[in-house]
Amino acid sequence: MKKALTYILIALVFSMTSFASPANEHGKESHDEKEFDVSEMIMHHVKDAHEWHLWGPEHGGTSIYLPVILKTKEGVETFSSSNLYHGELVHDGENHYYKGVGPAQGFGMFHEKIYELDEHGKLHFEDGHVHGNIKPIDFSITKNVTSLFIGSFLVFIIMFSCAKFYKTNGAVAPKGIAKFMEPIILFVQDDIAKANIDEKKYKKFVPFLLTIFFFIWINNLLGMIPIFPGSANLTGNISVTFFLAALTLVIILVNGNKNYWGHIFAPPGVPKLLLPIMIPIEIVGIFTKPFALMIRLFANITAGHIIILALISIIFINKNVAWGALSVPMALFISILELLVAALQAYLFAMLSALFIGAAVEEAHH
Amino acid sequence: MDLVLPDFGLLFWTGLVFCSLLFLLAKFAWKPILAAVNERGNSISEALALAEKTREEMKSLKAENDKILKAAKAERDEILKDAKQTSNSMIEAAKEKSKEEAQKIVDAARDSIRSEKAAAMAELKTHVAALSLEIAEKVVRTELSSDEKQKALANNLASDINMN
Repeated sequence: MKKALTYILIALVFSMTSFASPANEHGKESHDEKEFDVSEMIMHHVKDAHEWHLWGPEHGGTSIYLPVILKTKEGVETFSSSNLYHGELVHDGENHYYKGVGPAQGFGMFHEKIYELDEHGKLHFEDGHVHGNIKPIDFSITKNVTSLFIGSFLVFIIMFSCAKFYKTNGAVAPKGIAKFMEPIILFVQDDIAKANIDEKKYKKFVPFLLTIFFFIWINNLLGMIPIFPGSANLTGNISVTFFLAALTLVIILVNGNKNYWGHIFAPPGVPKLLLPIMIPIEIVGIFTKPFALMIRLFANITAGHIIILALISIIFINKNVAWGALSVPMALFISILELLVAALQAYLFAMLSALFIGAAVEEAHH
Repeated sequence: MDLVLPDFGLLFWTGLVFCSLLFLLAKFAWKPILAAVNERGNSISEALALAEKTREEMKSLKAENDKILKAAKAERDEILKDAKQTSNSMIEAAKEKSKEEAQKIVDAARDSIRSEKAAAMAELKTHVAALSLEIAEKVVRTELSSDEKQKALANNLASDINMN
């Protein structure tokens, strides 16, 4: 069963992608000429991409080319991203972008963003931004989306095998994967959910908190593996943290009781004159909590990726391998710290979500 | 700047994947795992409570046992003491009786010895008298002439050899 699922996953990954031939003389030349730009390299790694770069130079190295899915006015367009990366590299002053070939004809990609080319087959720039070209909605299976699939699949497989253990063995002392996961699951149930949410109501929120905890934790850890299937900065991407925080907000708003709304629109013990000031503040307060959740996770994970990449870059800035004696131990130290941060951020997100939910469902006690 | 701006495509996929994951895990993982773990927790606390109760019962049972044992010990000691006393008195009585018996036998023996001795003495006396008579007759026949003098001498002699 497990084996079959693994094969299906591998088959899926391969069917979605096509491998590149590492031959692009033009790209290689320009790479050698160019000075090493640290911030560009780091930003490139931290942001999303339409390819999964494995090794070799940025242009012409070995990559997994991921499928591009675009929703244009005419309909849905799908093609492999190799049609963009292996297309024509156009230089327009400071800016350079890829012009799609084959099925990607008519599209241009500038800094991983795909635009429709105008009738002359060009992108127009203004202050380093594309201006005037239509931007179709990009539903591509990007690097982060692939990582999202892998991470979620991993979480599901781990938890499903745990559940299978209990199904076959009944309520006995855990063994194997269940032995490892059970204390963590119990920790989330007892010390995160039960400790922060009303005793009678916490059960309803345990699945959400467990899922959010393991989703963030496993994806944080995946992001720390330097090569496929890791390295994607998924939990350090604002779209992902935005969604998770928004989901927490929705849960708070849906489950907020009379007491919660009462504290917002009629704070007890506040003079009537102050209400015009207090109510807007309380309403802003509804949104600042999930906003803080979103920023905290995004900033922590992105910062971790940036620090490690920056430390490794010391070697390449100085063009001397001896600097490795400094940068490798430092990067190792930060990596170990990031292992802690990976678990800590998952804990904090789940913990604060539970705290906010707990405050929203709390009964009045006067 | 686009580092901090949400991207619609990724947002869409995150929503889709996370919601499916939440649904699948809630149905196929969290429900059975939490059910099993909480059931086990309950059964463990029940078992602990039962063990505590059993321990209490054992304690009271042990106390009772101790009491019974103590009583039994006391009774045994009593019985032993009684038996010892009885046996002592029995031995004492037997000793007393045997002593008496022995005394009686000794007394009887003494009596018979005395009577035997008296009989033997009497017989000896008559025998001696006859012998003396014979001796005296022989002496008198040779030495004495008159019958009167002979008789008086014989009587004198006989009373002289009387040992009593």
